[in-house]
Amino acid sequence: MANGDPLLQVEHLVKYFPIKSGLFIDREVAAVHAVDDVSLTLHEGETLGLVGESGCGKSTLCRAVMQLIQPTSGSVRFRGQELVGRSRKQMQVIRREMQMIFQDPFASLNPRKRVGQIVGDPLRLHGLASGNEVRRSVQQLLDRVGLSAEHYNRYPHEFSGGQRQRIGIARALALRPKLIIADEPVSALDVSIQAQIINLLEDLQDEFGLSYIFVAHDLGVVRHVSDRIAVMYLGKLVERSPAAMLYERPIHPYSVALLSAVPIPDPKANAARNPVVLEGDVPSPVDPPSACRFHTRCPWATEICSEDEPPLADYGSGQGAACHHPRNVDSKMIAATEVAPDSPESASDTLPDQAEPVAATTR
Amino acid sequence: MSPTTAGGPQPLLSVDDLHVRFATEDGVVRAVDGVSFDLRPGEILGLVGESGCGKSVTAQTMMGLTRATNSTISGSVRFGGNDLVTASDEQLQTIRGREVSMVFQDPMTSLNPVYRVGDQIIEQIQAHKGVDDDEAKERARELLASVGIPNAAERVDDYPYEFSGGMRQRAMIAMALALEPRILIADEPTTALDVTIQAQILALIQRLNQERGLAVILITHDLGVIAEVADRVLVMYAGQIVEEGTLDEIFYDPQHPYTWGLMGSLTRLDQPPPDRLPQIGGAPPSLLAPPTGCRFRPRCPHAFEKCGELPDLEVRLSNAAGHADRCWLDPADKKRLREVEGRIGLEVPA
Repeated sequence: MANGDPLLQVEHLVKYFPIKSGLFIDREVAAVHAVDDVSLTLHEGETLGLVGESGCGKSTLCRAVMQLIQPTSGSVRFRGQELVGRSRKQMQVIRREMQMIFQDPFASLNPRKRVGQIVGDPLRLHGLASGNEVRRSVQQLLDRVGLSAEHYNRYPHEFSGGQRQRIGIARALALRPKLIIADEPVSALDVSIQAQIINLLEDLQDEFGLSYIFVAHDLGVVRHVSDRIAVMYLGKLVERSPAAMLYERPIHPYSVALLSAVPIPDPKANAARNPVVLEGDVPSPVDPPSACRFHTRCPWATEICSEDEPPLADYGSGQGAACHHPRNVDSKMIAATEVAPDSPESASDTLPDQAEPVAATTR
Repeated sequence: MSPTTAGGPQPLLSVDDLHVRFATEDGVVRAVDGVSFDLRPGEILGLVGESGCGKSVTAQTMMGLTRATNSTISGSVRFGGNDLVTASDEQLQTIRGREVSMVFQDPMTSLNPVYRVGDQIIEQIQAHKGVDDDEAKERARELLASVGIPNAAERVDDYPYEFSGGMRQRAMIAMALALEPRILIADEPTTALDVTIQAQILALIQRLNQERGLAVILITHDLGVIAEVADRVLVMYAGQIVEEGTLDEIFYDPQHPYTWGLMGSLTRLDQPPPDRLPQIGGAPPSLLAPPTGCRFRPRCPHAFEKCGELPDLEVRLSNAAGHADRCWLDPADKKRLREVEGRIGLEVPA
């Protein structure tokens, strides 16, 4: 791998889940468009935050990247090697370097196994250690994630939610991976415990040179850990941006609405803000709205939004958004936009119209 | 009556020295341990705390839902002329739904999946009021429309699976309001929902509070939700209330170190993020054998000898009659101790 090449490159990744029906012969009658032409890059040592509401395809995207489910089309390259289409056996070797941490610390640990076995299994399965070596490595790992060596012989039910998440982290670390995909790692935990786990993940990143894809629906948590953030809506990537810029200057109306829906834990600041409240619910991914999928709920949508899928437009400094009516940008920025190289193949090349006045939309 | 409301308006509901214990295989769990507070007419009272702190058990006990062979309940919950702790099941039935209603966290499991949404509302109306089918159905339609279900006239015949999460929670609220109760207890009503839907449900609860004068007890772990809708706040920790005050008192002059810790560990979107999130060390104690003295002592970096003795929930500030806490620290010292890098927090133990 040449220097500067991304650690992970996802291009035009698509995952449709077929819906089958029929008495004798299963016919595919429709499909859930879970992930629809999403491109992402992740550099070494970086954290990419992935946000969006339930059903937007974040978890499916993670699983498709890990090859835990077979993508419908598209490409996933990890350290230069293509993962899509590899056999289970080949993937097993590659997965040493890419591990996952799951949301539910109660469901992701086998209740019949002792902690030592849960954390040591990856080492044994990959033949990296045996006998006493395993025990020593596991005890070191437990110590590193803030548990103690005496926990080796305990069962998961003896631990609290935060401690279980630490066990899950130790298991993911056992193989010394380069990439960890953390799918909502703190959303099942209490706030005081969330802070502990986030701080731990950040320390481990520095110590082991890890790269993270960090999935969460809590926008505060995501900002805290991420270098860059990708916002998804109904299977599509609607905006990608350096973390600080997304919060300062969200461009896509959905990002604006999502940020403004989060209540601020400060009564005066809360009363002073003027949130953009979205009406209705997220439409079904079985039959997503035409063109821009957000147009049914967007307060700024016009005719073009239901007819022409906007391309991912580049606004400089790595910020890109797929919208005909971008927010928080001036006419100069609009004049300078270009279709981003990672824009979906199905999108048009209609860039936002300069003539349209764009008001600043703040929280 | 709680010590802090003497002289205020007549409370609508008054919880006094409530204890709830559950006998389990491992021992006796002291889920609620001496909780007292008042609910005033027309207010939104926020009850905030982490999992296992006893906030849901408190609410469920108020509705008579924790009565079981393995539970022991003492203290009182005064409402009207009744004590809901000692009331008979028949008495409770006339109060539940009609006077006090409850909405639960998970709208996916609170509705019966095999009955139409409308029929579940109708069943409740007819159980309490002798109205015919047509009238009850009309009422169900009105209720669904009033909580913002689009196309209520048709959706009344839908099954729960045809509703989204946000719509199910609206339906649950409609059902809770069917008999026009005076009090709504909402137990984590938005926790299972996405933020954009959460904003809709909170706006609905606020509207009902303002238009109907509905008093609300809102249980949540999210201080952001509290800041958005509550008038007064109770902070619970390990089965006890550790701080009580108005919204502004709790947010701008918090007196209990646990409240500082909760505030500190929040990530705020309106401020630049700190380098490192302030955390509260350790984990909440087991309620099988809670620590002696102040319950928060084992996790509190400011604990001193006196904390071996349990402080009462009482007013410790000279200028705030409704602001009570359970902490022995000198209020003058607290101002200094709670400042962590320019914001309120609990100092990270080195």
